[in-house]
This record gives sequence, C-alpha cells and structure tokens, in this order.
Amino acid sequence: MSKEILDSDDINRAIRRIAHEIIEKNRGMQNLCLVGIQKGGVILAGRLASQIQSIEGGTIDVGALDITFYRDDIHTKAEQPVVKRTEIPFTIDNKTVVLVDDVLFTGRSIRAAMDALVDFGRPAHIQLAVLIDRGHRELPIRADYAGKNIPTSFNDLVEVTLGEDSRKDKAVLISGQ
Amino acid sequence: MINSKDLLGIKELAPEEIYHILDTAAGFKDVLLRDIKKVPPLRGKTVVSLFFEPSTRTRTSFALASKRLSADVVNFSVTTSSVVKGETLKDTALTIQSLGADFVVIRHGSSGVPHLLGNLLNISVINAGDGANEHPTQALLDLFTIQSRKKKIKGLTVAIIGDIAHSRVAKSNIYALTKLGAKVRVICPPTLMPAGIEKLGIDVFHSIDEGIRKADVIMALRLQLERQSKGFLPSLEEYFNLYGLTDERLKLAKEDAIVMHPGPMNRGVEIESAVADGPQSVILEQVTNGLAVRMAVLYLLSGVKK
Repeated sequence: MSKEILDSDDINRAIRRIAHEIIEKNRGMQNLCLVGIQKGGVILAGRLASQIQSIEGGTIDVGALDITFYRDDIHTKAEQPVVKRTEIPFTIDNKTVVLVDDVLFTGRSIRAAMDALVDFGRPAHIQLAVLIDRGHRELPIRADYAGKNIPTSFNDLVEVTLGEDSRKDKAVLISGQ
Repeated sequence: MINSKDLLGIKELAPEEIYHILDTAAGFKDVLLRDIKKVPPLRGKTVVSLFFEPSTRTRTSFALASKRLSADVVNFSVTTSSVVKGETLKDTALTIQSLGADFVVIRHGSSGVPHLLGNLLNISVINAGDGANEHPTQALLDLFTIQSRKKKIKGLTVAIIGDIAHSRVAKSNIYALTKLGAKVRVICPPTLMPAGIEKLGIDVFHSIDEGIRKADVIMALRLQLERQSKGFLPSLEEYFNLYGLTDERLKLAKEDAIVMHPGPMNRGVEIESAVADGPQSVILEQVTNGLAVRMAVLYLLSGVKK
C-alpha cells in the first residue's frame, strides 16, 4: 500500500523554508556551500542553491558526493553497489558545508557522508538538511533543517521523486510487510 | 552483477560484468586523483599475493590497490617459503586461507592454477596471470584506458602485435575486446601464431604495415627474449625490422590512434623509444588505470555472496 505524503507544492514550500532557515542560521551565505549526497540529495541541493541565490543574490558552490566507498554494508547488502560521481570542484576547508539528502532514516548514510567529506578537506562546520526525517536513527545524528517529520515503521519505504519538472515532485510512503 | 567470488579470466565474464567493473573503476580513478587517496571499504580484510613468477608492476599494483582500499596486504614470497621445502600448491593455498586471508592474488606459470584454487578455497581468488592462458586485470585496464581515450570500445579496430602464442595478455584482450564488439587484428610471425586463432573471431596478419593500417588502437606486446634462443625468431634485430612499432609505421594507423604496451618494454625490439615516449603513447596512463581497475575488482568481489 502506498500513499502520497508530500505533493509538489508541499515540497516547494519545504525547500523555500529550509533555504530561509539556512540563511538565517548562518547569517547569509558567505562561506557556505551545499553538498548533495548521491543520488537523492543532489537534485535537492541544486534546488536549495537556486532558492538561496534568489533570496540573497550571488552564487553558492554546490557539489555532489558519492558515499558508496564509505558505506558499512557492502559485505551484507544483497545488491552490488553502483558507483556515481563525486564532484566537489571547490575547497571545503574552513567552510560551512550543508550536507543535503532527501530522506533521513538510520543515519548511516550521513555517517558515511561525513567520513567521505573529511577526506576532501576540513570544514569549519557540517550541517545537515533533509526533506523528510522518518525517524529510526541508529546513530547519534540529527538534522539541522528538516522539511517534514513523518512517522514511519522501520520496514516502510519512503520514495522521493524530484525531477527536471518540479510540478511532478512528490514523496510517497510505501507500507512494508 | 558480478556473479563469481573469483576473477579467473575474461572468458568467464559477461559483457555486463565487464562494464560494471569499468564503471566502478572510474569512481576509483577519481579517488586516486584526490589528496587523500585512501577509502575504507576493505578495512579489516586481508589480501595475500602469491606469485610463482617474477612481477614488479602487477604485484605492486595489487598491493597498492589493496592499501588504497584499507585492506592489509601480505606478500607470500615463493623463494623463501615452504614451497622450496616441497609443500604442494594445495597445502600452501589452504594454509593461506586458514591464516584468515580474504583474497588470494595468484600468478603461476601453469595455466588453470587460479581455477584450481578457486574451486579449492572459499575465499576470493584473483588471477594475476596463469601460464599462457589469461591475465584478466591487464585486459580490464586496457579496456578502461581505451574507453577513457576513445569514449567507446564497440566498433574500434584494435591491432595487437607480438608473441600471440605465448601471451596471456593477448589472450585476455582478445576475449575482452571481441566480447565488447571491437574488431581485433593480431600481427605476428607465423612461428608465434597459435594454430586456429582466427576461430576466436579475429583477423590474422603477418605484415605489420597491413595490420596496423587505419587502426584506432595499437597494442605492442613484450617479446620474451628467450623466444629467440628457442628458435622462434632468427634474431631480435630481424624482429624489430619486421615487427617493431616505429614512428614511420605508426603513420599508417589512424591519425588519433593510441599506442599501448603492457610493460615491461624491450625498447628497440617490439617498440621504438620515439613511439613509446611519443604523444600517442598511453603506456604510463595504463599503469595508473591499472590501480583503479584492481581496486574495482577487489571491491566488487568483496561484495559477492560467498
């Protein structure tokens, strides 16, 4: 059974609010950069960046981070990993890096992403922005910015679709058995 | 997508498996260009290299690839091991497994030894060259190099020059390139051409000038110098005159053709220095790519259910 938990308007409002919160918390966008986690976080990071730019003016660095090599489940997962590109064509030293992902669940991806990120430099701060926080953390990790908190069962699936056409954006909760 | 716990040869791989390895290697190539060239996926795993034949680059490349993946590496040196006391290959292999290794990288003078170990052991076996049979990681790194230079493999014309009969590199490359849809030509003296090779779906040439005409990729193979003493060749000078890759001959290939060599090179025998060090040579790039490809192989095999 699946049900839509966010439609495209909900998602756009959430992105706008997160953009404002990021600017407010960091007092502007100086020294700030966004890094989306492959693959759900990359488009979201791009959307957030254009939102931030339209509020503040100027440009903000946006990167993409693949965390495949930093995951702790290659030996236990059924399907084999497919590696995607990491592109961080700017220095993250002494910057405030906002990690961006679509869904925050156990926190293990974020742990891997932080490990991956520090191999690229030494950020002054790392913050976390997610569209959906669905609970069930297995590590002491929390989001600084969350679009929506959604209560789920552990076996549920949350699928976020963000595309070229933002009118088709949606988030769906698929009940697990 | 990789179905076997072992990498025994290209012959055993499906085209999708080959592409999966190449795609993964592209990710590791990026890692190798960073300041911090180490990633953690094989932390706590142990790679043992078991080389019964001399090797510098393959052994070093595997060791470095393992270290970049955070694995521990042990070199099992045959000349100082119990092998000289008469221990059988089987006992050596079982001992290594019992010591808790997760991978054995093996090179052996006899064809089929990796396959034997693959059946015997529960851990992953990687073929680093077995007799005149295969050298799969060399072919994979060659494919990776061709693909990154030419942006495709299918439809390219690849000319392989040299000792085809004794070359496992040639064998693996022929399997790999034909599987991915390249047109393969082999060029060598009749004495070094195995009978029936054309059955592999390749074109055979005895004249280098005809063989490299309009080729996209030219692969010169190392001539094992002892072949001459065994009567396969009149002299090394003669071989260079007839089959050596020179600047003059290279002009017959396509203008943007790339020149490859698996190393180590005999300059002035199979390849002229001007070509080896020239602008069309990608020989050193092959070495770098070898590291990325071996990382991909170790990484993907570690994810296969045993």
